[in-house]
Amino acid sequence: MPRLYELSALELIDKIRRHEISAEEYVASLINRIHRVEEKINAYITTTFDEALREAKRVDEKIRRGETVGKLAGVAVAVKDNICTMRVRTTCASKMLEKFIPPYDATVVERLKREDAIIIGKTNMDEFAMGSTTETSYFGSTRNPWDLTKVPGGSSGGSAAALIADETTLSLGSDTGGSIRCPASYCSVIGLKPTYGLVSRYGLIAYANSLEQIGPMAKSTVDCALLLSVIGGYDPRDGTSVKIPLADYTGHLANDLRGIRVGVIKEFFGEGVEDSVKKHVWRAIHLLEGLGASYEQVSLPSLEYALAAYYIIAMSEASSNLARYDGLRYGFRVKHEDADWSRIYAKNRRIGFGAEVKRRIMLGTYALSAGYYEQYYLKALKIRTIIRREFEGALKRFDVLIGPTMPMPPFNLGERIQDPLTLYMCDILTVPANLTGYPAISVPCGFEGELPIGLQIMGRPFDEATLLKISYALEKNADFIRRRPSL
Amino acid sequence: MSKRHITKGDVEHISQLAHIELTEEEKEVFVEQFNRILEFFEKIDEVNTEGIPPTYHVLDLANIFREDEIQESLPREEALRNAPRREDGFFKSPRIV
Repeated sequence: MPRLYELSALELIDKIRRHEISAEEYVASLINRIHRVEEKINAYITTTFDEALREAKRVDEKIRRGETVGKLAGVAVAVKDNICTMRVRTTCASKMLEKFIPPYDATVVERLKREDAIIIGKTNMDEFAMGSTTETSYFGSTRNPWDLTKVPGGSSGGSAAALIADETTLSLGSDTGGSIRCPASYCSVIGLKPTYGLVSRYGLIAYANSLEQIGPMAKSTVDCALLLSVIGGYDPRDGTSVKIPLADYTGHLANDLRGIRVGVIKEFFGEGVEDSVKKHVWRAIHLLEGLGASYEQVSLPSLEYALAAYYIIAMSEASSNLARYDGLRYGFRVKHEDADWSRIYAKNRRIGFGAEVKRRIMLGTYALSAGYYEQYYLKALKIRTIIRREFEGALKRFDVLIGPTMPMPPFNLGERIQDPLTLYMCDILTVPANLTGYPAISVPCGFEGELPIGLQIMGRPFDEATLLKISYALEKNADFIRRRPSL
Repeated sequence: MSKRHITKGDVEHISQLAHIELTEEEKEVFVEQFNRILEFFEKIDEVNTEGIPPTYHVLDLANIFREDEIQESLPREEALRNAPRREDGFFKSPRIV
């Protein structure tokens, strides 16, 4: 008999609605679990237990009175700490926003609450989502639940680790260059970066706004699909939100992939991608073939330039977005103001920001400065066009494109953090989906020893349903997703 | 060898543009790191981008308009709640002039 905190969202919703269990006892069991393991993991920056219990009681009361309840009634969701939550501090894992309490909810949070979901806490991340390991957090690294000496991936490391450590049932992450898929791969959960424009960014604290999306993370495909169906859809408060009807994500999940054409990206198996990773990914591809999919290799030669183009664009946008942190309306401000305003402003930013954030703001400032704009920023944007055209061409021949999510299994904490460029290299397989805006999912596809490996599936714009369908079939035919670390 | 070599003076100039004060130690570290990262960025010079338009964002959207309707805005107290310093219902800034 599984414990309450181990149940899937789908099971919980059913049991809570049928009075089999109460939302309150489930939330209490989850809080208990967090108390037991959180010290080892450090997945949360802030927990909201009191409010969660209050909300759980409210849901139970609604059900007792026979009222209609929302799609996620009683289910706990952990929210990445760069997504604004009204009256709950939202830090971006930065000293700069250590005490920031948003006066409003992000649209995705509003939608969670509308469907009676319960916010259980705010998860740890790389500072301002800049990183792939969760090590740049001002609040200390999150540890990988599979091996506490390894990184959990990032930047949504807390959201992924909390899931697999059974410290939450669902999570929200954000993905600018792989920040949902990387930790999903490293923690063995499912993480989806939606098509740019599908999920509102209103209330997401901006890092690189032409690249990023909020997305669902879960321990099963059905749960992931369910969460997407709640957070997705047009929002007039986000100018880049797209007005299209939301697809039925949960309805088409089937254990049958006949007719699906898979393109296996040659460049995703090149130099720098470890053999152990290739082995598990190929095994998954053959499994998909066994379920009726056909595959063929495809070459996308411009991918070689994707990483450099991505970092130039992301840093340029970051330098502009993070200019707002002056310590005036919110954020860190020094006590003694004995110099002129520009020195004080520069001092607030020196103390408030960590090293990686400073690096990206400064390199972005350089890339946008007079004389360099065309060489770096504009050139990178043109390469983005070339890459997008290549993907567009390939996705005419194939329904999806497949490869590994990460080039190597989870590595040691501290191993790469001293050398920024080595760390950037980890994102080489995830950034193309952000440059193109296309949807991409990471699905567990094996273990190398005790360390998880993830398969990445990219699809056509707004065709998340096909990605989820393949994820579901893989999940039904392999047992990886049901494994849990011993904690 | 990198074509565009960054010096400590360049790093100081960028830090002024970006309004980030740096310690001497940070300057030294950044000079070395920035040169390596910029050298990596030079990879894009290999690509012929003649006649290719830039993609600023991936959607076919331009200028989203809405009706100019009056809506409720944040109460003053809420807007000021996160301000490190305030006075008489205003944000208090450092001395500008």
